[in-house]
Amino acid sequence: MTANLAETKPLTANIVPGRAPLNLKEYEAAGGYRAVRKALKEMTPADVTKTVKEANLRGRGGAGFPTGVKWGLVPSLEKSPGSRYLVCNADEMEPGTFKDRLLMESDPHQMVESMIVAGYAIQATRSYIFLRGEYVEAAKNLNAAIAEAQAAGYLGKDILGSGWTMDLHVHTGAGRYICGEETALINSLEGRRANPRAKPPFPAIAGLWGRPTVVNNVESLCNVPHIVNNGSAWFVGLNQGKSKDGGTKLYGVSGRAKKTGLWELPIGTTAREILEVHAHGMKDGLKLKAWLPGGASTDFLMPEHLDLAMDFDTIAKAGSRMGTGLLTVVDDRQNMVSVVRNLEDFFARESCGWCTPCRDGLPWTYKTLVAMEKGEGRPGDIEQLEKMTRFLAPGRPFCAHAPGAMEPLQSALKFFRGEFEATIKKIDKTTATHAAA
Amino acid sequence: MSTANVTLSSSPTVMKLADLVAGQAVPATPPYVMSDEERHEIEECLHHYDDNRAASIDALKIVQKKHGWVPDAAIAEIGRAIGIPAADVEGVATFYNLIFRRPVGRHVIKICDSISCYLTGYDEVRNAISAHLRINLGQTTPDNRFTLLPICCLGACDKGPVAMINDDTLVNLSPETIPALLEQYK
Repeated sequence: MTANLAETKPLTANIVPGRAPLNLKEYEAAGGYRAVRKALKEMTPADVTKTVKEANLRGRGGAGFPTGVKWGLVPSLEKSPGSRYLVCNADEMEPGTFKDRLLMESDPHQMVESMIVAGYAIQATRSYIFLRGEYVEAAKNLNAAIAEAQAAGYLGKDILGSGWTMDLHVHTGAGRYICGEETALINSLEGRRANPRAKPPFPAIAGLWGRPTVVNNVESLCNVPHIVNNGSAWFVGLNQGKSKDGGTKLYGVSGRAKKTGLWELPIGTTAREILEVHAHGMKDGLKLKAWLPGGASTDFLMPEHLDLAMDFDTIAKAGSRMGTGLLTVVDDRQNMVSVVRNLEDFFARESCGWCTPCRDGLPWTYKTLVAMEKGEGRPGDIEQLEKMTRFLAPGRPFCAHAPGAMEPLQSALKFFRGEFEATIKKIDKTTATHAAA
Repeated sequence: MSTANVTLSSSPTVMKLADLVAGQAVPATPPYVMSDEERHEIEECLHHYDDNRAASIDALKIVQKKHGWVPDAAIAEIGRAIGIPAADVEGVATFYNLIFRRPVGRHVIKICDSISCYLTGYDEVRNAISAHLRINLGQTTPDNRFTLLPICCLGACDKGPVAMINDDTLVNLSPETIPALLEQYK
């Protein structure tokens, strides 16, 4: 059973709901830490990077940047001797996303092994798991796994006699969504306010404490040991021909569906299969109105988009982004003005305040939506919101936070304009009544 | 002169603008002396990083774990312990929402108000908590038992609505179960 699962669902093969995570011995018995041995004894760091590049593993944090290419940007030890860092972005806070929590809570040794193999590829001297503070259980399980791995010689000095030394720490955060932006994350890890940094220089050149740094998402990293063990061709084949991208993907559904949850499936599985087969469709009496493909910062898609393959390129072609790949389904009892108001409330509150367009534009957007929701909007409000989507478009604010906030807004205005217009018509009547009184 | 800023020296209570906004007064910050235990824990953290400044968030969390929040006087002490200016510590302390710069109740409720919980009944659950405890978001009960705060997505969206009380993650909440649930936190 386990062997079979490991072949089709490598990320979750060791995860059994309700069972405690595997300890070191159990994890090794299930084939764990084989990738560490193989990489350190049989492969050069460049070999590991090459294998991951060939596997076409694309960043699972939402941006889809090829993981191996990111590693390849780190300068060689000859060019840049000294410290270099691997940082796992475990600051999972994208609304509607609940995948990294499972991987860290339920198979912490897989996370630790991934850090070791990826750390070896970039010859990291130190590595950190930047974990959001609220993930208390994940912190406990990861720290226990790290202690076991350290005692077994998988971490620390001269790992497995390879001459390579790396230690691993769990750094728990103190909140704020912006910490998920990789340069803000680096500032936070340095003990500063989590404002993003200007790029270039990219973290691969000058990141944590000015040294070469790679920041990878939890799910991206957790694929690495399996790629090293089984090869890039095997990894690509996990997609079962459903996508140009390789591997499996953790997909999920939240909202008012019958059986919300999380499933590891071939990348490129259709949204319809995820919603209708795995989540058993919407709750009785509810119809699907719209869906976010992968978090609050992705454009809404409609029921007619359900047959699209959930991969980076296909969802991008439809005008959205796969993002984290976890669907949030909006049912027909919801008013889109209220739904978007909720989303913009989140983005306005989580703006770090570093740049004016974001700091002022998001609260303005939010206040406009609150007024519309209460029936106090004014003619011109829709046009003002549309203007915001242009003012806060990519490249205008300092980082991707505000552009992300505009994605659900612009798509809601496109698909549900009538609902926004209806609030304004209502107001006209109210105003008229007030004037008459 | 606005009457909003009540800072009479004879008054036992100093009101700050933030307190007025939340509608609750806060007593002046108590004296703070860093315990050996806190100092030791902070020094342990310094080993995790190649630069001491990086321990500032850990240090704030260590102080908060012991006191429930971070009193004004602790800011300078932390700065001294890790060797950075107090202003930098304050800059960090005021940036992160899980660092409390004013007192909180014995139990802190963090209720997720992000999209998946919103769709599955956040408003009803929040109203039930507010009605039961007679406090709004950002407030503390008069007996100092609970503080109610909003928080963004807790990463358990398939089990919404979700909240945390202290370190416990509570899922599939409904208005009906709120009173019994809160009774578990004395």
